[in-house]
Amino acid sequence: MATVAETAQRAPVPEPMVPALYQIQKVRRETHDTFTLDIRPQVQGSIPRFAPGQFNMLYAYGTGEVPISISGDPADTARMVHTIRAVGAVSRALCELKPGGVLGVRGPFGSHWPVDESAGADMVLVAGGIGLAPLRPALYRLLAERGRYGRVVLLYGARTPEDILFHRELKQWRAQFDLEVHVTVDRATSKWQGSVGVVTTLIRKASFDPPSTVALVCGPEVMMRFTIGELQRRGLATESIFLSMERNMKCGIGLCGHCQYGPTFICKDGPVYPYPRIAPAFATREI
Amino acid sequence: METLEGILAEHPFLHGLARPHLELIVGCASNVRFDPGQFLFHEGEEADRFYIIRHGRVRVELFAPGRGPITIQTVDDGDILGWSWMLAPYQWHFDAQAVELTRAIALDGECLRAKFERDHDLGYEVLKRFAQIMQQRLDATRLQLLDLYGNSR
Ligand SMILES: Cc1cc2nc3c(=O)[nH]c(=O)nc-3n(C[C@H](O)[C@H](O)[C@H](O)COP(=O)(O)OP(=O)(O)OC[C@H]3O[C@@H](n4cnc5c(N)ncnc54)[C@H](O)[C@@H]3O)c2cc1C
Ligand code: FES
Repeated sequence: MATVAETAQRAPVPEPMVPALYQIQKVRRETHDTFTLDIRPQVQGSIPRFAPGQFNMLYAYGTGEVPISISGDPADTARMVHTIRAVGAVSRALCELKPGGVLGVRGPFGSHWPVDESAGADMVLVAGGIGLAPLRPALYRLLAERGRYGRVVLLYGARTPEDILFHRELKQWRAQFDLEVHVTVDRATSKWQGSVGVVTTLIRKASFDPPSTVALVCGPEVMMRFTIGELQRRGLATESIFLSMERNMKCGIGLCGHCQYGPTFICKDGPVYPYPRIAPAFATREI
Repeated sequence: METLEGILAEHPFLHGLARPHLELIVGCASNVRFDPGQFLFHEGEEADRFYIIRHGRVRVELFAPGRGPITIQTVDDGDILGWSWMLAPYQWHFDAQAVELTRAIALDGECLRAKFERDHDLGYEVLKRFAQIMQQRLDATRLQLLDLYGNSR
C-alpha cells in the first residue's frame, strides 16, 4: 500500500498551483508604502503574456501568497511589473524584497478590461488609490492604439499629494494632447496647486460622450459605488461600466471558493466584471 | 463679445431658467478677476455674494492653529462657490484663495435676496439649484471623511 507521502507525491498537482521562481530586477518606491517591482523568471524563460486587468498570485517565501494585479505594459516582454501597497504581512514582505531577491509567481489569472472590445468608444478610466495600478496596463494599451478610440480620459483620486502613484508618467500623460487627465486628492496643504475633492466630483466635468463611452473603474468599493452613481447620472449605460473586484484568495483558479462573490468566483469570473453581472451582489452588505 | 446674459444663460447652474428670471439675475451679476494668491473672501467676513467660476482654480481653506491652512476643496471652471450669502447671519465659514488667475462672475447676495423676496418663484428656482450643489458637497464631504484610501478597507 502506498504511504501518505507517496500518495501526496503522486497526486496530480494542477500546474497553475506551482509557483514559478522569479527574481527581482528593480524596485521603485512610489510612495511611503507602495512599491513597484520589476521581475523576470529566475531561469531563462519567457514572460507569460497577459491581458490588462489580470493578476498574479505572488508568493513571498516563508510568509504567504497574495493576488496582485499586473501593472506593467502588456507589450513589454522583458519584465513583469507589479505595484504593491504594504498593508499586511505578505504585501509587506513583497515590498521588502531587494534586487536579486526571489519570489514565486502563479498566473496570469482572471478576466481582463474590455480594451480591444471597446474600439470606437470614448474611454473613461476612474481610479482610486492603488486602483491606478490595475488600470495602467489598459491605459498603455489604449495609448498604443490611440487611433482606435474616441476620447480617452483618466480620472484619478488619491488620499494626499504624497500618495499619488506613477508621478513621472502622470506628468507625461497630462502633457499628451490626446489624453485628458485629472488628478485630485482628498486632503492637502496649501503647497498643493492641484484639485482637492473626491474623485467622483471629476466625473461631472470630464469630456466624454456618455452614450458611446465605456468606463473602467478600480478602487475601494465605496468609491466604486459612488462612481457608478455619477457615471449613470451622466448617462452611461449600466452595461458600459466595468469594475475590478477584490476578495481574499487562496488557489486563484476557481477551486477553493475563498474568493466567492455572489454566485461567482472573483479569481476565475473576475476580477474585472461588467457591472450588471455583479450589481445585485454589489448592493448587498453581507457579500 | 460674450455678454453676461449669454454666459449665464448657458451655464448648467441656470440652465432652463425662464428668461424674465434670468434677466433679474443678470441685474445682480458682474465680472471679476483674481490674481494667484489673492483672497476672494475670508472666514468671518460678510458673505455678500457667490461666484460662478469661469476659468481658474480657487481653494477653500480652513486655518487651523499649529497646522496652518488646510485645503478642504478646490473649485474650478464651471463650479459654483459660496452659499453663505443665502443664510443669516451671512458670514463666510472658510477662506477662499485663487490658486491661479481666476475669472468669475460675482452675484450680489443682497441684490438677489431682495429679488427673491419679491418673486418667490425665482427664489425657489435658485434655491433648488443650490440644494443640489449642497447635496453634492455633502456627499463629497462624507466620502472624504471615510478616508477611502486609508489602510483598512
Ligand atoms: C484581484 C486582486 C488584485 C489585487 N491587486 C493588487 C495590487 O495591484 N496591488 C496591491 O497592493 N494590492 C492588490 N490587491 C490586494 C492585495 O491582494 C491585498 O492587499 C493583500 O492580499 C493583503 O495581504 P497581506 O497579507 O499583506 O495583508 P493582510 O494581513 O491580509 O491584511 C492586513 C491589513 O490590510 C487590510 N487589507 C487587506 N487587503 C486589503 C486591500 N485589498 N486593500 C486595503 N486593505 C487591505 C486588512 O483589512 C488588514 O487590516 C489585489 C487583490 C485582488 C483580489
Ligand atoms: S481563490 Fe480559490 S476559488 Fe478563487
